[in-house]
Amino acid sequence: MILNSADDAKQRKTIPIVAEPAGSDDEAMVSLYAAAKKIYPRSVEGVFAYWRWIFVFATQIVFYGLPWLDWGARQAVLFDLASRRFYIFGLVLYPQDFIYLTGLLVISALALFLFTAVAGRLWCGFACPQTVYSEIFLWIERKVEGDRSARMRLDDADFSLEKLVKKWYKHTIWIFFSIWTGFTFVGYFTPIRELAMEFFLTRMGPWELFWVFFYAFATYGNAGFMREQVCKYMCPYARFQSAMFDHDTLIVTYDAARGEPRGPRSKKVELASSNLGACVDCTLCVQVCPTGIDIRNGLQYECIGCGACADVCDTVMDKMGYARGLVRFSTQNAMENKWTPREMWQRLMRPRIQIYTMILGAIVIALLVSLSLRTPFKVDVVRDRSTLSRITEYGTLENVYRLQIMNAAEHAQTYRLLVRGLPQLKITTDTEVMVDPAQARWVVLRADVPYGSAEPGSHKIQFEIQAIGSDHFVVEKSVFIVPR
Amino acid sequence: MSDFTSNFWSVFVAAISIIGILYCAFLLWFSAKVKVAATHDTDDGTTGHVWDGDLREMNNPLPRWWLWLFIITMVFAVVYGVAYPGLGSYAGKLGWTSTGQYEAEVAKANQELEPLYASFNAQTPEQLAGDPKAMAVGERLFMNNCAQCHGSDARGSKGFPNLTDGDWLHGGTSDKIKETITKGRIGQMPPMAAAVGSPEDIRNVSHYVLSLSGSPHDSLRASLGKAKFGACAACHGADGKGMQAVGSANLTDKIWLHGWGEEAITGMINNGKVNQMPAQEGRLTESQIHVLTAYVWGFSNKPAAK
Repeated sequence: MILNSADDAKQRKTIPIVAEPAGSDDEAMVSLYAAAKKIYPRSVEGVFAYWRWIFVFATQIVFYGLPWLDWGARQAVLFDLASRRFYIFGLVLYPQDFIYLTGLLVISALALFLFTAVAGRLWCGFACPQTVYSEIFLWIERKVEGDRSARMRLDDADFSLEKLVKKWYKHTIWIFFSIWTGFTFVGYFTPIRELAMEFFLTRMGPWELFWVFFYAFATYGNAGFMREQVCKYMCPYARFQSAMFDHDTLIVTYDAARGEPRGPRSKKVELASSNLGACVDCTLCVQVCPTGIDIRNGLQYECIGCGACADVCDTVMDKMGYARGLVRFSTQNAMENKWTPREMWQRLMRPRIQIYTMILGAIVIALLVSLSLRTPFKVDVVRDRSTLSRITEYGTLENVYRLQIMNAAEHAQTYRLLVRGLPQLKITTDTEVMVDPAQARWVVLRADVPYGSAEPGSHKIQFEIQAIGSDHFVVEKSVFIVPR
Repeated sequence: MSDFTSNFWSVFVAAISIIGILYCAFLLWFSAKVKVAATHDTDDGTTGHVWDGDLREMNNPLPRWWLWLFIITMVFAVVYGVAYPGLGSYAGKLGWTSTGQYEAEVAKANQELEPLYASFNAQTPEQLAGDPKAMAVGERLFMNNCAQCHGSDARGSKGFPNLTDGDWLHGGTSDKIKETITKGRIGQMPPMAAAVGSPEDIRNVSHYVLSLSGSPHDSLRASLGKAKFGACAACHGADGKGMQAVGSANLTDKIWLHGWGEEAITGMINNGKVNQMPAQEGRLTESQIHVLTAYVWGFSNKPAAK
C-alpha cells in the first residue's frame, strides 16, 4: 500500500467513489481490524481523582467486607443457590420473591438514566467495576513499573533481568489480588468462612474452584489488559447512554473559545498580548486519558467522564497563572451560550430530570413499602389430582389437599389453617402446623362436608393460613369437589 | 433417531450446521477488509470513499482480538460438533448422551445417599417407623411414588386401598407390606353369577354379605342367601372374614373398597373385578422400599421402642 502525502489525500476526499474505476490495479485492501494500541495513562491528582479514589475505597470496602459480616448465627449477605434461600441482613427471600430483584434492577436502570441525564457517564468514571479495578491495577502497575514514561520505556526495552523482575512482581500482585476478588465473589454464594477453610486446605468443590478462578481470570484480564477496550468495544451501556444526553447534561468539555489557537509559549509571555489561546498544547490531557482520546476534539463516545483531563489541565493552568477550568465539567448549552455556572445549574431541574426523579422516587418508595409489608411466609395449595373426592364411613365427603408452607422468618413459626367457602366445610386434620426457621414444609390436609350438604360439582373454597402471634395471613384459592 | 423413517433430517441438520460454520468463516474473511484506492492515505481514518461530495466512509478498526473471538467460536463449534452429538444423528466421539448423563447423576446421588440408607437398612421397619429422619425420607418417597393412587394422606379412594385403617387384603406385617411394594399384587374377584345361581339368588347373597358386617339389609333375603354363600366361602371363608393368602376381602367389616350397598355387591358378583398394585422393584431401590415399608407400616402401628 502506497501512502501519499496529506495534501494528496485532501484532494481525493472530494472525489466520489463512483469516479474510481472498480477493480482496477490502483486499489488495495485495508484490514478493518487492527492490533489494539496499548494506552499508558499518566498518573493524575486533583479533585476528580480524589473523588474517584473515594469511590474505589467505598465500593471495595463493601465488596470485600460484606461477606464477612454475620447476622445472628449466619452470614449477613448470602445467596444460597443450592437451597434457594437469599439472605440479606434481616431478610430471607425465596425464589418467589423474584419481583424484588426486578424492582432493584428497574431502580438501578432508572438511577443510571437520572445520573446520565444530569452528569453524563458518572457511573463509568467513578463507580463501574471496570473503572474501579482498572484504577487499582494501574496503581499497582505504577508502584512497580513507574509512571507513564517509565512504563513505556520498560515495554520498549530489550529483555533484561530488571524487566523480568518488574513484570513478574507486577503480575504476581495482580494475580493474588484477582484470586482474592474471585474468592470474595464466590463468598457471596457459599459461606465465606467455610470457603476460606476449604480454600487453604485445597478442598474446594469443583464449581467453587471454577468460579473463584474464572472470576479471578476475568478480573485479571479485564483490569490488567482489556481496560478501556471493555468500555469501547464490549460495554452495551456505553453505547446507548448517548441517547440520554441532552444539551444540558454535564460532560467533560474543552473550552475551545478560550483555548484556541493553542500553542506553546514562554511563561513570561502575557496571555493578552500574545495571539494565542489559553491552551499551551502540553498534551497532558491526552497522556492522562485512560481511553487515549484528545478531549480537545469535543465529546467522543470513548470518553468515560472520569475528569482526569480536567484535573491535569487545572494543574497546568495554575503553573501558567491562568484561570482554571479550560477543561471542565460543563454543558453544551453553557459552552455555546457562555453561561455562568449559576445559569447552567438552573437548567438542572428541567422536566426530563424531574420526571426521572419522580419515577425513581416512586419505585424506591413502592419497593420499600412492599418489603416492609411483606408477609413472612408463603403458601401453595395443591389438590390431590387422582383422588377427587371420597365418601367416608362417617357419612362425610372428603377432599385431600397438600399445602406447602414456606417460612421466611428465622424462627420456628406455628400456623393456623382455616377453610371457608361451603357451609359446614371443615378441616379434619391438624389445624396448627409448625414450620422450622427458613424452611418449607408440605402438609397433607383433609377437608370435609356432610354427605349431601353441597350440590354436585366443583365449589370455590379458600384456605386462610395465619401466622400465630402476628397479624400476617395468606389466603389461597382452591376447589372442593362433590361427586355426582 | 428412530423417530424418523429416513435419515434425511439428520443429514439436513448436519449440513446446515457445517455450511453455517463455513459460511461464517467465509464472511469473516470477506468482510475483514475493505478496498481503498491505492493512492489513498489511510492515516486520516477514512477509507477514502466519499459519497455526495462530503459523506466519508470512516475506518475505525476493531481490535484484532475481536477477530480472534470469532475464530475461537468457530473452532469451538467444530470441536464440539466432533466430540458431542451436535450434527444430526452423529453420536459424537465422546459418546455422550443425555440418558447417560441422567443415569450417571442418579448413580452419583444414590452413592451419596448410600451411608444414610445403610443406617436405615440396619434397622427393622418397626424401628425405622420411629426415626424422624427416615420418616421424612419415607414421606417424600410416598408422595412421589404412592400418593398418585393412595392419596397424599394414604387413605386411598374407591378401588385404591386405604393404608391407614389397619385392614389388609394381603397382610399388614412389615414383611407382607414389603412384598406388596416389591412384587405388586393382583387382586382378583372372578365373576361368580353362574356359581351362585339365579339373579334372585345373587340378590339374596348380597343381602347376606351386608348382614355379615351388620349393615342395613333385608333379613329374609339374607337368610335365603346364606345357603348360596358356599360359592363365596372358597375364597372369603365360611365366616366371610377373607383370607390374606389369596387376597380376598374381609366381608364382615365396614370397609368397602369397591363400593357399598346391594347394587355394588351384586355388580361385583356378576362381573368380578381385577385390581392391580404395580410392582415397584424396577423403579425403586431395595433400600427405598425398606424405608417405604416402614412408612406405610407406621400408618396403622406404633413404632417399636429402640
